[in-house]
Amino acid sequence: MYETTYHRPSSVDEAVALFGKGKEAKFLAGGQTLLPVMKQRLAAPSDVIDVARIKELIGIEPTGDGIMIKAATTHYDVATSGTVQKAIPALAYLASLIGDPAVRYRGTIGGSLANNDPAADYPAAVLALGATVKTNKRSISADDFFKGLFSTALDDGEIITAVSFPVQAKAGYSKFNNPASRFALTGVFVARTPAGDVRVAATGASQNGVMRVPVIEAALKANWSAGALDSIKVSDSGMLADIHGSAAYRANLVKVMAQRAVTAAG
Amino acid sequence: MGVEGIGASVVRKEDRRFITGKGRYVDDIKIVGLTHAHFIRSPHAHAKVKSIDISAAKDMPGVVGVLTGQQIVDDKVGNLICGWAITSKDGTGMKMGAWPAMAPETVRFVGQAVAVVIAETKNQAKDAAEAVVVNYEELPAAADIRAAIKQGAPQLHPEAPGNVIYDWTIGEEAATEAAFKAAANVVSLDITNNRLVPNAMEPRAAIGEYNEAEEHFTLYTTSQNPHVARLVLSAFYNIAPEHKLRVVAPDVGGGFGSKIFIYPEEMVALWASKKVGRPVKWTGDRTEAFLTDAHGRDHLTNAELALDANNKITGLRVKTYANLGAYMSLFSSSVPTYLYATLLSGQYNIPNIFAEVISVYTNTTPVDAYRGAGRPEASFVVERLLETAARQLKVDPAELRRKNFITQFPHQTPVIMAYDVGDFGASLDSAMKAIDYAGFPARKAKAKSEGKLRGIGLSCYIEACGIAPSKAVGSLGAGVGLWESAEVRVNPVGTIEVLTGSHSHGQGHETTFCQLIAERLGVPISQVQIVHGDTDKVQFGMGTYGSRSAAVGLTAILKAMEKVEAKAKKIAAHALEASESDIVIENGEFKVTGTDKSIALPMVALAAYTAHNLPDGMEPGLKEGAFYDPTNFTFPAGAYICELEVDAATGKTSFVNFVAADDFGRLINPMIVEGQVHGGLAQGIGQALLEGAAYDSSGQLLTASFMDYAMPRADDLPSFKLNHTTTLCPGNPLGVKGCGEAGAIGASAAVINAITDAIGNNKIEMPATPDRVWHAIHG
Amino acid sequence: MSTIKLTVNGKAVSADVEDRTLLVHLLRENLNLTGTHVGCDTSQCGACVVHIDGRAVKSCTVLAGQAAGSNVTTIEGISKGDELHPMQAAFRDNHGLQCGYCTPGMIMSSIDIVNRHGGKLDEETVRQELEGNICRCTGYHNIVKAVLDAAGRMKVSQAAE
Repeated sequence: MYETTYHRPSSVDEAVALFGKGKEAKFLAGGQTLLPVMKQRLAAPSDVIDVARIKELIGIEPTGDGIMIKAATTHYDVATSGTVQKAIPALAYLASLIGDPAVRYRGTIGGSLANNDPAADYPAAVLALGATVKTNKRSISADDFFKGLFSTALDDGEIITAVSFPVQAKAGYSKFNNPASRFALTGVFVARTPAGDVRVAATGASQNGVMRVPVIEAALKANWSAGALDSIKVSDSGMLADIHGSAAYRANLVKVMAQRAVTAAG
Repeated sequence: MGVEGIGASVVRKEDRRFITGKGRYVDDIKIVGLTHAHFIRSPHAHAKVKSIDISAAKDMPGVVGVLTGQQIVDDKVGNLICGWAITSKDGTGMKMGAWPAMAPETVRFVGQAVAVVIAETKNQAKDAAEAVVVNYEELPAAADIRAAIKQGAPQLHPEAPGNVIYDWTIGEEAATEAAFKAAANVVSLDITNNRLVPNAMEPRAAIGEYNEAEEHFTLYTTSQNPHVARLVLSAFYNIAPEHKLRVVAPDVGGGFGSKIFIYPEEMVALWASKKVGRPVKWTGDRTEAFLTDAHGRDHLTNAELALDANNKITGLRVKTYANLGAYMSLFSSSVPTYLYATLLSGQYNIPNIFAEVISVYTNTTPVDAYRGAGRPEASFVVERLLETAARQLKVDPAELRRKNFITQFPHQTPVIMAYDVGDFGASLDSAMKAIDYAGFPARKAKAKSEGKLRGIGLSCYIEACGIAPSKAVGSLGAGVGLWESAEVRVNPVGTIEVLTGSHSHGQGHETTFCQLIAERLGVPISQVQIVHGDTDKVQFGMGTYGSRSAAVGLTAILKAMEKVEAKAKKIAAHALEASESDIVIENGEFKVTGTDKSIALPMVALAAYTAHNLPDGMEPGLKEGAFYDPTNFTFPAGAYICELEVDAATGKTSFVNFVAADDFGRLINPMIVEGQVHGGLAQGIGQALLEGAAYDSSGQLLTASFMDYAMPRADDLPSFKLNHTTTLCPGNPLGVKGCGEAGAIGASAAVINAITDAIGNNKIEMPATPDRVWHAIHG
Repeated sequence: MSTIKLTVNGKAVSADVEDRTLLVHLLRENLNLTGTHVGCDTSQCGACVVHIDGRAVKSCTVLAGQAAGSNVTTIEGISKGDELHPMQAAFRDNHGLQCGYCTPGMIMSSIDIVNRHGGKLDEETVRQELEGNICRCTGYHNIVKAVLDAAGRMKVSQAAE
């Protein structure tokens, strides 16, 4: 790791101010992605600004139509939250599958979304549930937030403060682990809105990161059941291919995981 | 057997320090004045080193020295050696290219060191390493066997035209050919034995320390065989004469073969400690382990089995290409030859065997012994063939095996090995009973009705362990003898120290070796200390690998014990005024049989050291040594059966049951033996389902961390059902055979045989990842 | 450079370290607590697991600065004098270790598993919960046994307290 300067601000405003002063500053939340990257000397922030203990960034609150999870809330706290388990059990379940128990104690929803790893779990939930990402400057809809591999709509120095999830009529998540990294080789989150619209998002599969899957959405809108997907085919064009899975295999997993997510959603 | 004697599942003495965080591994050691080394490694698989500019780095904060490959050559440090000479079928010797500890001119694999920075802290060494400018001229690379042997392939070493190191054969070609001509059925298979990375959890580390006044070196290192390291470092690498070099291997966090070899980093740490006048520590990180620890396996094989009309095997023909990587590691040449092809008879009576092995250079990390070393490759070939034959002939796989089992012992195979004893049918019976083999068809049908693909796979392995005897291995080209040494010291107060040349890095010697003493003398194991891993303390030893510590190392201790007992009995008889032949040893006492006269061990020991009243002519003291060299290998064998289900939609495999029935001869500590089997099974299953080192065509390692190399986790594996059948090894007085590698040798074929049974086709290579299994099912 | 103050195994400690220092290096290099190990570079193997404020985390993926002000417990801090923690005893009694290198992290993670699940542990849960700890020696068979055994022992010892 290159030498850096560590800061622990106590408010979002202070964090943003510190970011502005640093030559090449980075926000540090749980550090479960940033620190491994820094250890490999693939990132060299002049300053790391630890936002994990800022009180206004921690907590889970019910909102009128759903729940709001503040950005520095850990995966463990989401997975075990009674509020989340009651409102959107699929989201609590998804959080319980991220990394491993030690990682879940430190990793945060805001850190995961800001990083937008193409195989991370949270982006699938945010996109499928039609969540809203709140920052210190604005609100960004899920459809506008994700911009491809490791890329988001966030500006330099903009910090995620919370994510608002609407409660949908149905929601389910199914993940197939990469056998080595345990990230999602493919994970699919399905949701049906109270109005009957269907949103399906897949992570781990596409070369462009998390994606909606229109062919599955259409089939499920017509018939919300795993069997409705038996005859559809997900195209393997644009799918990732590596030693862990071919493009065709990942395309198959998108379908199979979607079926299992629908079954889980009920 | 006493509560702590042979056969008792005694909890391990060494555990207390490990469970309380008080183990002492190399990286835990601090020495006054310690500096830290960081190596600069080639990012290219094949390149010329045009220049190395250290000018900016050497003035960076904390830098103590920057040393290059040219300097190590100029200082006449020897090139790395290969300790086993293999002769090609045309009578020529193996074609070995030069391997300097740091490359002065040419790099041949990604990760090969070209220079080293030594600094006050590890971070400073890393910071300065980035300021070293190496100018490479890239050369075309051959990243795998096929690329290395094709016409016009890039040449790695001028000494090895066509990248072929040797083309070696074993067995009778003409007789085997005739057997195939006469065969009623022939079964043929192409087999890839995947490349594995050993990944002991403790990364390799070394500390070199030079005492100028004494002209004496000390090396603390993660070694399975510190004495061999000392011998090689002094006799071949010219770094220090043997009497001026102490090698210490303290607690070592797993080896699995990868810590047998003497690596460049150890050579450099020692050499550099004199150069910079400070102790030098290098601790590898996991990426360095992936790039530079010797890998294992990596064979391409075509194998054919000939059977007569009664399904009796009449011949086996094998052609194997073995990838040895960019350089010949210490025992690399022996692994695909004498440790592999000599086991191709498996558990079967095969009258004619012929095997050809062609070992080649590639621009990849060197390949050498990894748990099982050659024997897993042999077992996989034989057991995949047997399973495929049974399916092709539509006979029960268990019955085909049973029909061809060797049942008369000793049995001379056509490929050197002479099996001394065994009961293969007993192991198979035991495993079949444990898994309810007879009930499998019903279970398969039920699974099918639930939409699941269920399969069962057998693997009946045999291995040659207790790697020795010196005379035999010497005649086959080994550069060293493979005996073991021991010394038993009874202290004047009656406590006992056992010095052994075996090295424990997880095997539990500090407990099992004590159990032998407890058995012989009836003293509690708390009175016994095992001393190992330090060339200043133990006179010599060959170390631990090849499941040899019990059969060879422990027998050496027994031989030393017998001498101690003989002398102690003389002293006791003298003290008790009895005949030596009437003395028996019980519960730590020397008793005159049939009387109530006795003298306790501490009193005998004290008498030996006070020497006030010893028998005439007897030397004082109670300490004896022994060197033990067995007359044959040992032959552990067993039967493994795996039952599993495949999810056709995802290709994911889940275990239903995994049973093992092993014959290891006498068990010293059944709990520890079972632990060894568990670990071996995990590595064999890992090879079958998860693990595979992959290079791209330019020679970049794609699996250079746990992010891409799938290590078995707890939820990848089942709990195992273990059984033992026993035939005592006649080759050593304890009747032990060795248990360290069995699981890794036998498990992978059982898993692949089960998967191919479940999916109904043979189109699968290891590792059988979900992706590959899904493609095997769906195309 | 910063001065880091924290509590380790019940003792207040402080160390002057570069800001890039990881907690595991602070423990090993500055405090000589070498029972916490490093087995990978990618936060996967779990050899470095310690407890921060009662939660099992990977000390190779925490800056020393992040741990400032926290209560850290390492493998050296869980026995009471000569009396082993029930998890330590269970690992020994069930032969849940061989080379010992992954063992401290395994034990620290396993204590956390039992703390979270109490007596409701079964084999499948233990195997899933050990996802972040890699062992190359034992095949996990006896580690799983040890954790299940310790879960019972910890319930008993908690009841006794």
